[in-house]
Amino acid sequence: MDFKTHISVQNLNVFYGNEQALKDVVVDIPDKKITVIIGPSGCGKTTLLKSFNRLIDSIDGVRFSGEVLVDGENILDPKMEVTHIRKKMGLLSQKPYPLPMSIYDNIAYGPRIHGIRNRKKLDGIVEHYLKESSLWDEVKERLNAPASRLSLGQQQRLCLARGLAVEPEIILGDEPTSALDPKSSQRIESKFLQLKKDYTIIIVTHILRQAKRLADYIIYLYLGEVVECGPANEMLNNPRDPRTKAYFSGEIS
Amino acid sequence: MDRRKIEENIFKAIMITSTGIILSGLVCIIATIVVKGLPAMNIAMVTQTPKGGFYLGKEGGILNAIVGSTYLAVGATLLSILISLPVVLYLNIYAKRGSRFVSFVRFSFDVLWGVPSIVYGAFGFTIMLYFGLRTSLLGGIIAVSLLILPIMSRAMDEVVRMVPEELLEASYALGASKLETALRVVIKQAFPGIVTAVLIAFGRGIGDAASVIFTAGFTDSIPYSLFRPVATLPLAIFYQLGTPFPEVQERAYASALILTLVILIVSISVRIASRKFTRNVVK
Repeated sequence: MDFKTHISVQNLNVFYGNEQALKDVVVDIPDKKITVIIGPSGCGKTTLLKSFNRLIDSIDGVRFSGEVLVDGENILDPKMEVTHIRKKMGLLSQKPYPLPMSIYDNIAYGPRIHGIRNRKKLDGIVEHYLKESSLWDEVKERLNAPASRLSLGQQQRLCLARGLAVEPEIILGDEPTSALDPKSSQRIESKFLQLKKDYTIIIVTHILRQAKRLADYIIYLYLGEVVECGPANEMLNNPRDPRTKAYFSGEIS
Repeated sequence: MDRRKIEENIFKAIMITSTGIILSGLVCIIATIVVKGLPAMNIAMVTQTPKGGFYLGKEGGILNAIVGSTYLAVGATLLSILISLPVVLYLNIYAKRGSRFVSFVRFSFDVLWGVPSIVYGAFGFTIMLYFGLRTSLLGGIIAVSLLILPIMSRAMDEVVRMVPEELLEASYALGASKLETALRVVIKQAFPGIVTAVLIAFGRGIGDAASVIFTAGFTDSIPYSLFRPVATLPLAIFYQLGTPFPEVQERAYASALILTLVILIVSISVRIASRKFTRNVVK
C-alpha cells in the first residue's frame, strides 16, 4: 500500500523519571487514513499519542528525545509554539470532558481563542460542526443549555465537534469509545470512517475488534517498543513477529 | 450480632454524636444571642448612630458599626480576591504540580491560617506607622486582608486542585494557552467552590475584633473616607459588653445578632447572585 506520510516519528524516546515509556520509536503515520495504535495496557500507546500534540509536556518529570515531524516541522523542538501544534490536532479523550459552559460555547471556544469574534460567523461554525458530528438535530433547540447535561455519547460527539471546529488536520483519539455504550461507540466509529477522507486519524485502542473495523494502518506497541507496523490487512492476516501473533490470538492482553 | 456489625454501629454512634455536638454548639450560640439580644433590638439600632450617652444606656444605634464593618469586610474581601486568585492559579496551573515550592507555599498558608488575629493587627499597625497612616478604614482593610488572605487562598486552592487534569488537557488540546485555560475554564469549573472560599473569608473578616482594634479604630460617625477611622461590629460588641450597664450589655447581644444577620444576608445574596454562573459546572 502506497501512502503519503503525514507524521513521521524518528527515534522517539520518552522517559518518566527513570522509567522509559517509549523506546526508540520509528514510525510513519499515513495521511488521510485511520492509523490504529494497539497494544496491552501500559505499553506507551497514550504516551505516543500525547507526544503528537505535546500534551506530554504537562506531565511531571518527563524527558524526551528524537523527532516528530508534522508537515516537515519537528514539533518536539522546544522552540515550537505548542498552541500552534495543538491547533492542528483535535483530541478525543477516553471519557468526554465537555468544558464548563453551554453547548454553543463549547464549540465556539476554540474558534474564539483563535480570534473569531463575529457572532454570525460563530453561529455558522457551531451549526456546521454540530452537523458534522451528527449532534445538531439533538441539540439545536437548546444550544445554550450546559454541555454537562448531555448524555455521555452526545458529549463525546460534542467533543469531536469542538475539536473539528479549530480546523485541525489530524484527529487523535485516546480510546475514544471506551466510556460509551455500544450504540454511541458505533456512531463514533462510523463518524471516523466518514472523516478519514479529510483528516488523518490516529486512534489508540485496546479493543482488537475495533482495530479490525477501523484501521487502514496498524502500529503494535509492546513495552514501549514498536513491535510491528504496517497496513492493516497485511498485519492482521499475516503478522510477522511472534509477539504480534500472541497478541492477536489473545495470549497477551 | 457479629463483630463487624458492632463496629459499624459504634462508629456510626460516634459520628452522629460528633455531628450533634457541633450542631448543638451552633444552636446554643444562636439561641443565646437571640434570647439576650432580641429584647434590645429595635429599629433605632439599625438606623441610628450612637447618640450622646449611648454607652450609658441612652438612645441611639450602631449604624456606624454596621456600615463600617460592611465597608471594611467588603474592601478586604475584594482586595484578597485580587491577590488570592493569581496565587491559586499560579500554584495549580503554572507551577510544577507537587514541586517543593508549591508545597512550601501551601504550608506557609497553613501556618499563617493559625496565626492569631491580634498579630495581624499588630503587624498591620507597624505597616501603618511606617507609611504614616493613622487608624483608618484603609488600615483596617489592610490588616483584615492579611488575616483572611491565607484562609481564602487555601480554600480556593483546594477547589481549584479538584479541577480534573483532563479538563485542562481538553482546553490545551484546542490550542488554548495556560492563561486562557485558567480564566475561561478553570475559574468557571471551580466557581462554586471559589464563591464558598470568598464567603468563608468574608465571614472571618467581618467577625474579627483583634485585627481591627489598632488599625481601624472606632468612631461614632458613619465613615466617609478611606483615611478616617471606622467603627466595626465586633468592637461595638466588645465595648458594649464591657460596660457595667445591663441594658447596654443587652445591646451588645443585639449587635451580635445583627452581625450574624449581616453575614447571613450577604451569604445568601451572593449564592443567589452566583447561581447563574454555576449551572455549567461539569460534574
